[in-house]
Amino acid sequence: MNNAQMNAMMDVLCPMHVLVEKDGTISHAGPTVQKICPPDSLVGYSFFERFAVKRPKGIRNIEGLRKRAGSKLHISLLDEPDSDLKAVLVPYDADNGKVVINLSFGISILDGVRTYALSNADFAATDLAIEMLYLIEAKSAAMDASRQLNLRLQGAKIAAEEQAFTDTLTGLKNRRALDHVLARLVSTGASFAVMQIDLDFFKAVNDTYGHAAGDHVLQAVAQIMVEETRNADTVARVGGDEFTLILPNVASEQMLLSIGDRVIERLQKPINFQGNACNVSASIGTVWVKEGHMMNAKDILSDADMALYQSKNSGRSCQTLFEDTDQNADSDAQSTWEVSNPKPTPIRLRSARRVNFDSF
Amino acid sequence: MHGLINRSVQNYVCDTFGHDVWGQVTGSADLGFTEIEAMMTYEDDVTTRLIDALSLVTGRPRDDLLEDIGTYLVSTPKLEGVRRLLRFGGVTFEEFLLSLDDLPDRARLAVADLDLPELEMDERASGCFELHCRSAVSGFGFVFVGMLRVIADDYGALVLLDHETGKNGIEKVFITLVDKDFAQGRQFDLGARVG
Repeated sequence: MNNAQMNAMMDVLCPMHVLVEKDGTISHAGPTVQKICPPDSLVGYSFFERFAVKRPKGIRNIEGLRKRAGSKLHISLLDEPDSDLKAVLVPYDADNGKVVINLSFGISILDGVRTYALSNADFAATDLAIEMLYLIEAKSAAMDASRQLNLRLQGAKIAAEEQAFTDTLTGLKNRRALDHVLARLVSTGASFAVMQIDLDFFKAVNDTYGHAAGDHVLQAVAQIMVEETRNADTVARVGGDEFTLILPNVASEQMLLSIGDRVIERLQKPINFQGNACNVSASIGTVWVKEGHMMNAKDILSDADMALYQSKNSGRSCQTLFEDTDQNADSDAQSTWEVSNPKPTPIRLRSARRVNFDSF
Repeated sequence: MHGLINRSVQNYVCDTFGHDVWGQVTGSADLGFTEIEAMMTYEDDVTTRLIDALSLVTGRPRDDLLEDIGTYLVSTPKLEGVRRLLRFGGVTFEEFLLSLDDLPDRARLAVADLDLPELEMDERASGCFELHCRSAVSGFGFVFVGMLRVIADDYGALVLLDHETGKNGIEKVFITLVDKDFAQGRQFDLGARVG
């Protein structure tokens, strides 16, 4: 095989090769390597006038390079120091010192193709460069589609959480759930009770022992409330340390008061968290809505709140039962605050919506 | 079939007939949902139900619609990526045709659970090709008819296409390459940025 035939063969097999003479002069260059260099800038010029060896370091001439035959080289174009080509040198004719240096874009194939506007024909038919480009593009498209799906799923998750009825920390119902239950009971005109429960001294627990302790207390409190109520009752956490109980089918005032007493009693026992005794207690405000009432949810909750504040004002750890003279036609028509001794006797708050402060 | 395929059907219907028709189609197909997720997998029969429903709602034959979907897939600017990925198959149209054998494997490289119909390309005589297609969706061969028409144009080749369904359910697409250099064709820039 003569030189011309050899060069023609190499141009097909390795279109990015250069043939370098003993003195380092390039005597032939493959079609693709010519594309990445300025026109007519290779043949007749020294290899080191066009290329720099980045790694291994310290190779400045063809003698040094020849010693690295067969191993991987990192090379850049002298005019473009940022370029990164892979290369391997193979002795071509040991007698006269000729070598073949074959180049490749390696991992920077996409940049190479873009920078030099290369096409399929610029790569050997067996080169995996095209498959590599195909994969980069296909994978990017697939990743993009997956990313969009993830974003949509995340959006759906947030929406689902907003529509959820459960308080994630305690497993109790949340305010949304409470509103639904309350609205249903109000619309049927059935008898039920609403109990607002505020934890006392909860902030002190948080401040002293940290949020983890606070969370633990809330979970323990939730557990107690669930244990002290019936299955048909709704126990909701409606704020940081605020809970609301909805109790349908209330038989008697005594029943309500005894639930309140038990909750207060149990919450007064210290809750252990990592060896620390966390002390809280509860203030309760209760409204008993009688059958056939004409009250709306907002008024019921505001009555319960008012009873709750009464408990707070009366020294905490007690409960106040709100009594509405509109509901109880038989009871005393005179609107009064009736504050009795707290614990164990419940405080009664009468008709707070038509309160007569003078008589207080 | 994979969400990518069903989602393509959704895009085609929405872009061609509008969202109302898509709503009617999913209703008629009794899907129970209206949005198809490209990166999720669906029951095999979802695609068939969608195509049947689309035919019912639009009053157009299934085969026509499937061919239209094939055309849409490789010609809509929204899915430029599909055309490009196909063009990676070969420098010339003939090379591209022969690369269709590998298409299902190539697709799986990109999306591991994407199962395309089984494809086999035979070169019968010079310039005469036969694409065999076996799919869970009957008529899928028509998708390739639509697709090949556009891709041939992309390469600047002039072709005749014909479709036949064998007794065993295997569909055949006959491709006659009349002139491989009929027109200039579209440039394929290997490193182009898509999307």
